Amino acid sequence: MVSTPNNAQSLNVGLFVTCLVDLFRPSIGFATVKLLEDNGCIVSVPENQTCCGQPAYNSGDQKNSIEIAKQVISAFKGFDYVVLPSGSCAAMISQHYPLLFKDDSQWEAPAKELATKTFELTTFLTDILKVETVEATFEQQATYHDSCSGLRELGIKNQPRKLLSSVKGLELKESKKAEECCGFGGSFSVKYPKISERIVRDKIEDAQKTETQTLIGGDLGCLMNMAGKLKRENAPMEVRHVAEVLAGMTDVPAIGEGEDK
Amino acid sequence: MKPTSANFYTNVDKALVDKTLQKALRKTAVGFPMLRAKAIDALPEFDTLRDDAVTLKNDVLDNLDYYLERFETKAIEQGGQVHWCSDTQEANETVLKICQAANAKTVTKGKSMIGEEMGVNEYLEEHGIEPIETDLGEYIIQLRNEPPSHIVGPAIHVPKEEVAEAFKEAHTELDAERSLEEPQELLEEARAILREKFINADVGITGANFLVAETGSSAIVTNEGNGDLTQILPRVHIVLASIEKVVPTLEDASTILRVLARSITGQDLSVYTTFSTGPRRDDDIDGPEEFHVILLDNGRSEMLGNEFRDMLRCIRCGSCLGHCPIYTTIGGHAYGWVYSGPMGKVLIPNLIGHEQSKHLPNACTMCGKCEEVCPLRIPIPTMNRVWRGKEHEAKYSSRASRIALGFWAFMAKRPKLYHLLAGFKYSILGKIGRKKGRFTSVPFASAWTEGRDLPSPQGRTFQQQWSDRGGKR
Ligand code: SF4
Repeated sequence: MVSTPNNAQSLNVGLFVTCLVDLFRPSIGFATVKLLEDNGCIVSVPENQTCCGQPAYNSGDQKNSIEIAKQVISAFKGFDYVVLPSGSCAAMISQHYPLLFKDDSQWEAPAKELATKTFELTTFLTDILKVETVEATFEQQATYHDSCSGLRELGIKNQPRKLLSSVKGLELKESKKAEECCGFGGSFSVKYPKISERIVRDKIEDAQKTETQTLIGGDLGCLMNMAGKLKRENAPMEVRHVAEVLAGMTDVPAIGEGEDK
Repeated sequence: MKPTSANFYTNVDKALVDKTLQKALRKTAVGFPMLRAKAIDALPEFDTLRDDAVTLKNDVLDNLDYYLERFETKAIEQGGQVHWCSDTQEANETVLKICQAANAKTVTKGKSMIGEEMGVNEYLEEHGIEPIETDLGEYIIQLRNEPPSHIVGPAIHVPKEEVAEAFKEAHTELDAERSLEEPQELLEEARAILREKFINADVGITGANFLVAETGSSAIVTNEGNGDLTQILPRVHIVLASIEKVVPTLEDASTILRVLARSITGQDLSVYTTFSTGPRRDDDIDGPEEFHVILLDNGRSEMLGNEFRDMLRCIRCGSCLGHCPIYTTIGGHAYGWVYSGPMGKVLIPNLIGHEQSKHLPNACTMCGKCEEVCPLRIPIPTMNRVWRGKEHEAKYSSRASRIALGFWAFMAKRPKLYHLLAGFKYSILGKIGRKKGRFTSVPFASAWTEGRDLPSPQGRTFQQQWSDRGGKR
């Protein structure tokens, strides 16, 4: 057990970047690396990773889900822990992979093994590394969105808030509908864009009622959805991933924000 | 009712521009969840009660044949008659026969989702018998010739002005200039009209919240007392129940009662909970001369043996509807049949066929709220995923979406190629989008960008940058 940051016995951590972070917002990945390294972990990023397979899994494509899961299980063999900056991808691996292989004598055990050592970033920091505080400053008022999978499948609620409360200058204000779905739902947002748009409209209205400047969350998909809506409405609220705030890496433009502004 | 679930997109479009509906949905989305939350805060053992209810229902499903036979034996002992019906056609015919034998002209009806499932009103009308809904909400939608938009509050989509309109149109014998602005005035008018119907009806049809095997009783739960008048006043009482409604004992019925109303209206119990056991006995002061129970299967025994078995635990409390982001955005009618919301997504494809209702399990963000609030802990998202798997296997999904998914999966399984192409593509996208930070229209994602911007990639992918720095692999 690690009592304070920086004196951790070196844990070998495999970083699962997640496809969205890899493609859209690498800065979240680097923020994650920084947080892990600051707390004594040795971070590796296996090349043989693409996506956790949720798009296939949630489309009912069992065959491809299984093949992708096998690839992930093989790529992340041998680490002490596997960490992801996303609740929904972490839940995919820790909750759903074992189900994919429940009748497979060869793969069930490795799937379960990976499941037990896989954690979402803020949970890993607080529950495994026992991190109490981070070294970061963010002079803002902000509100936090609980992404559905992380909240309901992994119980992520207090972990990010606890860490954020140690960020200097940051004041968190709860919104009424913090736990309500933002309407992203992966392919749902493209298959039923009108319903999705209406849900996210309500969601950002609620977030803006907190009169804070920033909306923080732990899943890039939801954040891109909410940022996209806020920008379309020309709303000044900015959107950031919790990893960037905790790592003090908030000099990059916020999600959906340009270099030009 | 002829399902319109296949026209899901059109139904949704209609719902989204219907201002009255949207206003009503806003209220539903706040109202029911608030009532539930209050009730549960006040009852720390609620979760234990849920577990008890789950155990009870699972036992019922494991031994359904036994409990149903026991129920039948007891109901007959009490002087009742039990009719086993495999589908809605058979159930409608049976109801009609009983009504015809009683020379019925008018039939009063308590609220029954099985009645909706059967379309019993239309069926009776076609055969010259007038059905009259006596639950206020059901009465309103009957006048408006609509299906219910919520399993517990069938007319939650109708504002009081439109109720007044429907009343003025239907009750032509009353003064056309009368005031119907206040809810109380509407209520009094409905009560006066219905009172006479109750007295004159030949047959009363009710649903059943459960059937009790140990006593042969049926039970209904209402807030208006209309169900009681429906089952006590007419000469003949017909109960419409699906087979999974049976519970072993009265004690078990109370286990369910303790979670039922709390989950939706937040009441400890609904205003009226009424048990009916057989026809009137010699020393009873009132009650029907005949007591019939229609036991409808309509696909349930098949569900008992497939992946949707857990859905049979549903007690139709309606809690999942008001908590669902989709239901509270599009309302009940968009689902295109008598059920709606999360429970409808799983149930409708089972009951009317999957191909025509394939949209329903897809129109879900998998947020998991329904499962969180369901008193019977029904894993609705998991079952939606099962439907999606069936859709994928049966190739009901559109060709375009299957090709897109296939291409994506092909790439996702080839990391080297994936990183190479992604690195190339996203660097360029990043170059184009970085300055502004977002795209306002994207040809391959026009569905997304119609209502919101798409944040731009930052540029080089994480994997590229990690390689550049010689990061550990
Ligand atoms: S699925 Fe659960 S929450 Fe929904 S109506 Fe049935 S019992 Fe109630």
